[in-house]
Amino acid sequence: MHELGITRNIVAIVIEHAGEAQVKRVSLNIGKLSAIMPDAIRFCFDVCSKDTLLEGATLEINEIPGVARCEACGSEFEIDQPFGHCQCGSNHIRCIAGEDMKIKEMEVY
Amino acid sequence: MCITCGCSDTAKATLTNLDSGESVPVDAHPHDGHSHSHDHNHPHTHEHHDHEHNHDHHHEHTHDTAHAHASMHSKTISLEADILAKNNLLAERNRGWFEGRNILALNLVSSPGAGKTTLLERTLTDLKDGLPISVVEGDQETVNDAQRIKATGCKVVQINTGTGCHLEADMLARGLKELNPPMDSIVMIENVGNLVCPALFDLGEHCKVAILSVTEGEDKPTKYPHMFRAADIMILNKTDLLPYISFDVDSCIAHAKSVNSDIKIFQLSATNGDGLQDWYDWLNKQLHSSSSQAVINE
Repeated sequence: MHELGITRNIVAIVIEHAGEAQVKRVSLNIGKLSAIMPDAIRFCFDVCSKDTLLEGATLEINEIPGVARCEACGSEFEIDQPFGHCQCGSNHIRCIAGEDMKIKEMEVY
Repeated sequence: MCITCGCSDTAKATLTNLDSGESVPVDAHPHDGHSHSHDHNHPHTHEHHDHEHNHDHHHEHTHDTAHAHASMHSKTISLEADILAKNNLLAERNRGWFEGRNILALNLVSSPGAGKTTLLERTLTDLKDGLPISVVEGDQETVNDAQRIKATGCKVVQINTGTGCHLEADMLARGLKELNPPMDSIVMIENVGNLVCPALFDLGEHCKVAILSVTEGEDKPTKYPHMFRAADIMILNKTDLLPYISFDVDSCIAHAKSVNSDIKIFQLSATNGDGLQDWYDWLNKQLHSSSSQAVINE
């Protein structure tokens, strides 16, 4: 359950940039290959934002699909886990998308 | 304390120097008043961020130019901020610290009981006359492991993470100051026994070494793919037990290669010494190539 700590980091970074403005919305990019569960972040967000400028803010999580490129044949394909096989049979694949752990933007009053 | 792994606010990381016997608290995020949770007794805690309005100006400015069409009542600020940026920044500082001293730093990760400490004891005992090695021990509680390492005659500090489930870059930085390892040496960082969280936290090491013992499942690499993907080296330990248990080495290697086709694998027994020479040769070779040019797979 490292998501609680991850969520605390999110709240801290947003507060750092919010100045004294009340935060209305926070938008995250969480990759499907990132080892973070969006549901756990949602669960923790209300707890971590209580009594801060983020209290009551809407949390948007954009789940970024995992994409791998085959090092053998160069084809690109979607993956749900950070490993797998290419159709060509090779398991020399490199994840090229879906590892995001980013705060994309926030909306303040 | 640990704001990145989900441990409680009361978690207190401590650093123990085994030579002096002194323990000091590790203030994990000294520049990071905002993320600490000591506000329960200080209802006005956020007032001290008033000095930060230069940040506000910066973002308002970029916002005003980039999002002039934002609604009158609210404005959208683009952040594109990496959630683990602080740890990653501190890890890069550690990496530079190691490179400047030509220190080979290895981050040893495994589940509890895979044999990290036993492998270290054996390695230190066998190599101490030729290779200077010092150790940063990470555990939630006790200095037991550090005492085992100290008994080999090597320099060691213990970091206790309290309820924290992994080491972070700032904890290591504090540990390194206390450890003061010599130039041209190896620093072994024994992370908290955990195959999940340590995968996410760069410490500034040269590489992660994942240790898996034959008393665990062959499919552990695919069950914990993030860790085995983050590691450059896998050590299959306790091979002396293979005659007594049902463990398919080939299947385990196939699982490891399926999540990380480049992973280099050593099979050894830290107890009877089988296979240790290859590991020692690799350590020597890594240290004696410059740290920036070290080639893991040779």
